[in-house]
Amino acid sequence: MSIFVDKNTRLMVQGITGKEGQFHARQCIDYGTNVVAGVTPGKGGQKMDEVPVFNTVKAAVDQTGANCSMVFVPPAFAADAIMEATDAGVDLIVAITEGIPVMDMVKVKNYLEGYRSRLIGPNCPGIITPGECKIGIMPGPIHKPGGPIGVVSRSGTLTYEVVHQLTLKGIGQTTCIGIGGDPVNGTNFIDCLEAFEKDADTTGIVMVGEIGGTAEEQASEFITRHVTKPVVGFIAGLTAPAGRRMGHAGAIISGSSGTAQGKIDAMKAAGIHICDNLGMLGELCAEVF
Amino acid sequence: MKIHEYQAKALFTKYNIPIPKGGVAFTPDEAKKMAETLGQFPVVVKAQIHAGGRGKGGGVKLAGSIEEAQKIAGDIIGMNLVTHQTGPEGRLVRKVLVEQGLDIAKELYLSIIPDRATAKVVIMASEAGGMDIEAVAADTPEKIIKVSIDPLMGIQPYHCRQVAFGLNMSPAVIKPFVSMLASLYRLFMDYDCSLVEINPLVITAEDTVIALDAKVDFDDNALYRHKDILEYRDLDEEDPLEVEASKFNLNYIKLDGNVGNMVNGAGLAMATMDIIKLAGAEPANFLDVGGGASAEMVENGFRIMLSDKNVKGILINIFGGILRCDVLAKGVVSAAEKTGINVPVVVRMEGTNVKEGRKILADSGLNLITAADMKDAAQKVAQFVADK
Repeated sequence: MSIFVDKNTRLMVQGITGKEGQFHARQCIDYGTNVVAGVTPGKGGQKMDEVPVFNTVKAAVDQTGANCSMVFVPPAFAADAIMEATDAGVDLIVAITEGIPVMDMVKVKNYLEGYRSRLIGPNCPGIITPGECKIGIMPGPIHKPGGPIGVVSRSGTLTYEVVHQLTLKGIGQTTCIGIGGDPVNGTNFIDCLEAFEKDADTTGIVMVGEIGGTAEEQASEFITRHVTKPVVGFIAGLTAPAGRRMGHAGAIISGSSGTAQGKIDAMKAAGIHICDNLGMLGELCAEVF
Repeated sequence: MKIHEYQAKALFTKYNIPIPKGGVAFTPDEAKKMAETLGQFPVVVKAQIHAGGRGKGGGVKLAGSIEEAQKIAGDIIGMNLVTHQTGPEGRLVRKVLVEQGLDIAKELYLSIIPDRATAKVVIMASEAGGMDIEAVAADTPEKIIKVSIDPLMGIQPYHCRQVAFGLNMSPAVIKPFVSMLASLYRLFMDYDCSLVEINPLVITAEDTVIALDAKVDFDDNALYRHKDILEYRDLDEEDPLEVEASKFNLNYIKLDGNVGNMVNGAGLAMATMDIIKLAGAEPANFLDVGGGASAEMVENGFRIMLSDKNVKGILINIFGGILRCDVLAKGVVSAAEKTGINVPVVVRMEGTNVKEGRKILADSGLNLITAADMKDAAQKVAQFVADK
């Protein structure tokens, strides 16, 4: 089992004819993902390799039964693309795009209320159920199919590092999700923790956070109340200076809020096994799980 | 992006938000002329830098005459202003704002921010104006009013009334305040602000509402649609190395340590800084070359890291995904050949095409130290720096 995506997922790619969209659509197909459609306004009727391209998301959904979308649309048009997919009834929207204006995402987040679509990202590596379905830009081969560990993270390459260490220790993954580094995102830690807790095949969770905001603190509270499975946690940014945006738009300490230490304290209080040294994460997981 | 108080006030004027009369001066002579124009004393002379706490640091002074305004401007322009936000090194003041003094009856706090947790726009206000709002929030949270606005609906009159009555305003003040608050919200939304703050917002003895201070920050991601704001960028307020890095789309932040590091991805870059510290050394920078870095970006990253004279060793940590290890290795080799690296460089690579990448480094004849994993890399570079 897995969460959110599996071998039955029917993927469409918004922005499939762009350089990035094309490259990663091919990578996903190579991994075994069922890519059924692409969308690029004005290029409907064309094909990207074997994948039919449509002008609108609605046409793609109607004609191919796509139930999931991967968004590679440039930042200035990404909010519109996400809302189009939402309105077309797509179950899961995975927005890879980095650099979407915060107020655009604030509006999208409010727009999503009242629809059933789940948004992952933006500014994220995507989601993968190893061996079944890869939706995103993560390197497939570092993952080990079959579980039993779920991974959820705000970062990209940091997630690859974590997954790589798990795989080296022989620990497989059920599903790995990057929820993205922006201040306002769709799916949050709590959504993923809740899904992993319910997933029978997931026996433990790795949660990777970073400075900025209060998502880790809120997740810690949720874990105290609702998560029975063991959780290993890591927080990046202990040495990050306050008031500076560390690459990710959301990775900023504002005043006394959003510090790494504050998050680590909250996570420890929730019984999360904190990894102090990223170089030792694999060892810690082998011990805990 | 940050802008100066005088620039923020120019934006306020565009939105009919009342500000004190006055203007910016780059020299004591200009300050004198501005004081003459104002013609009423006292006037206030305020240092213009991108940092708060200017008053406590001695960057805001009252002048009782034209001559005094000129003298104070002379003292402040050219001074190195140290505040709790500038760090101990302070910031050179290059201009001042000269403004009319006001007859203040009450000082308030007012700000608008996006709330990342709820995805709403939040108005924060308090009767404890002129103070550090973080301290007020920590010590007396009941003194802060918060009103959430649905960005799809926008600000409604009742939002403004909620704030006005919460601030115990007199009937005479409520009407101008409500209109000002609605304008401020419009400015916030029109310009994709990440913060609009007035501290203090003053009510004068004549029952007028005036923004005595003005702070406006913008969302960098949205600057592409606000070209007029880009003209407000003041490169003097930024670190020269960071300005240089931004030209090559490199995310670089200068820090105080001596271990330079170059990483792909922001999260991994922060984690690399942390593990350097854990190994007993201090990171000299944050440098994220991003997922799709080219050989040219890697080269420029190297050059910028090495321009920091504190750097005594470098750690390169790459987890190849989209950025393949062989591409990175070629970039490192070409950078090393062109830049002439004179400090030890520890390279840790993993991921896509790692074997090819390691071979390129090994065959290059360069004195690069390879590391097995992150822990090994951090310990090695810390060791080199300690031995220096």
